[in-house]
Amino acid sequence: MWTLQDKYAIAGIGHTKYSANSGATVLNLALEACRSAVADSGIQMDEIDGLVSYHFGDSVPSIAVATGLGLPAARYAVEFSSGGNAANLIVQTAAAAIEAGLARNVICFRAMNGRSGLRLGGGRDLNSRGVTQYTAPFGWITYPQAMAMWCRRHMIKYGTTSEQLGAVAVSCRRNAALNPRAMMREPITLADHQASRMIVEPFRLLDICLESDGACAVLVTSAERARDLRRKPVYILGAAYGGGPNQGDDLFDAIRWPEHAHNYAKYIATDLWGSAGVGPRDIDVAEIYDCFTYSVIMQLEGFGFCGEGEGGAFVQSGGIERDGEIPVNTHGGLLSEAYIHGLNHVVEAVEQLRGEAGPRQIAGARLALTTAGAMTCGSALVLRN
Amino acid sequence: MSGKPVPVPDADSRPFWDGCREHQLRIERCADCGTARFPPSGMCPHCRSSRREWITASGRGTVFSWIVVRHPVPKEMYAGEVPYVVALVELEEGVRMPTNIVGCEPGAIRAGMPVEVVFEDVSADVTLPRFRPQVPS
Repeated sequence: MWTLQDKYAIAGIGHTKYSANSGATVLNLALEACRSAVADSGIQMDEIDGLVSYHFGDSVPSIAVATGLGLPAARYAVEFSSGGNAANLIVQTAAAAIEAGLARNVICFRAMNGRSGLRLGGGRDLNSRGVTQYTAPFGWITYPQAMAMWCRRHMIKYGTTSEQLGAVAVSCRRNAALNPRAMMREPITLADHQASRMIVEPFRLLDICLESDGACAVLVTSAERARDLRRKPVYILGAAYGGGPNQGDDLFDAIRWPEHAHNYAKYIATDLWGSAGVGPRDIDVAEIYDCFTYSVIMQLEGFGFCGEGEGGAFVQSGGIERDGEIPVNTHGGLLSEAYIHGLNHVVEAVEQLRGEAGPRQIAGARLALTTAGAMTCGSALVLRN
Repeated sequence: MSGKPVPVPDADSRPFWDGCREHQLRIERCADCGTARFPPSGMCPHCRSSRREWITASGRGTVFSWIVVRHPVPKEMYAGEVPYVVALVELEEGVRMPTNIVGCEPGAIRAGMPVEVVFEDVSADVTLPRFRPQVPS
């Protein structure tokens, strides 16, 4: 379990414009976001000695970014081969690396041309080695197809409805309308959701997140160092990563997962809240990984914002609205802000805890949850100001 | 069927795909503790034994979860196939398997619906195990 409560902080954040066609290389996006995060913090670029990222072959190595930034020493320049489930893991390992003396100031970044370049799930070998030989030959290929199987299971077990999924999409879009960097700001109604075309039942088009070009970055340093910098520090109070038994051979493989009506959240919640010393009722704002609408519902249950099977009713009754029990995805999430693979949730949480979120600020936000993951494996942070 | 993904058997999976070609649904089982597993793998995750054996499954099971693909991806492979159903089927032997449900309308599928294997020879080398509603005997 995470034992570094309040010892590390996010001292700077940065991002590029989020778009459908950046016109820039992924390397250039990464450099821009990282430079912004460092400038935001007030730490000198020469003091940056670590970089952590995650991707499935659609991004740039950390050493390339270290080179592009002209860092004199990149002591901890690494990346995970991972989906969005690592979006909060990289923040944890940045702190762990500093704790171990491997580096002192570590940038966590995610950069991609996820719409104009290699789209997520693209480039997979469909002829069909490893676990893929049991999935792709049946036309079970894309991420929406993979996760629709989980969503259906929640519907089977708990009677969750398409209208309840729609409540998540509508809420995220309502929040995005307040967010100048969001890609989709035009309000939608539940009727719009219900009228959007069926992609893979039970998912309609508006159950599926955006595809985006862009990058964002957060700078992790010691709490001590963060205290006399330009920005109010946002402390890493709690953290957890992992999943349950039988996570399978890769992100797509959930053949042996015990029950798809629950995801990783159920398995890491105890570690997360235990490490933070707080519980779901203490959280003021939650940025919850929303690659698909259903994943918000499952994580609300898994992290204990409502009971098992109650997530559909919870979102339908306004529980996740700005004035609801727990404001969720105040930036619009992956569904409406942008798909920067979950790291954009951390950027938003930091802005909320600094009190700098402008028209979308949740008044008096002290504690934020960020989560990353939708299936067998994921990560989460509890941040405080 | 040209261009669609086909399985590339490996040392663990070859008996399964060979079985399909012979229209038998073969499942790997631990020769020590008797636990069936799918996908096949070299070691039993329950007792860590490397001794394995193959059994011929009954071919009957129930629908655990399913999706209906409406939007074809990749388009050139599946435009003529949609809508089609992908399901996780729970076999009587206790393992789950991804497959297609054929022989019934997508709207008629229910959780727990009894299904049985039907083999489709998609080429001279490859046979896929799909499932259809069980015919009451």
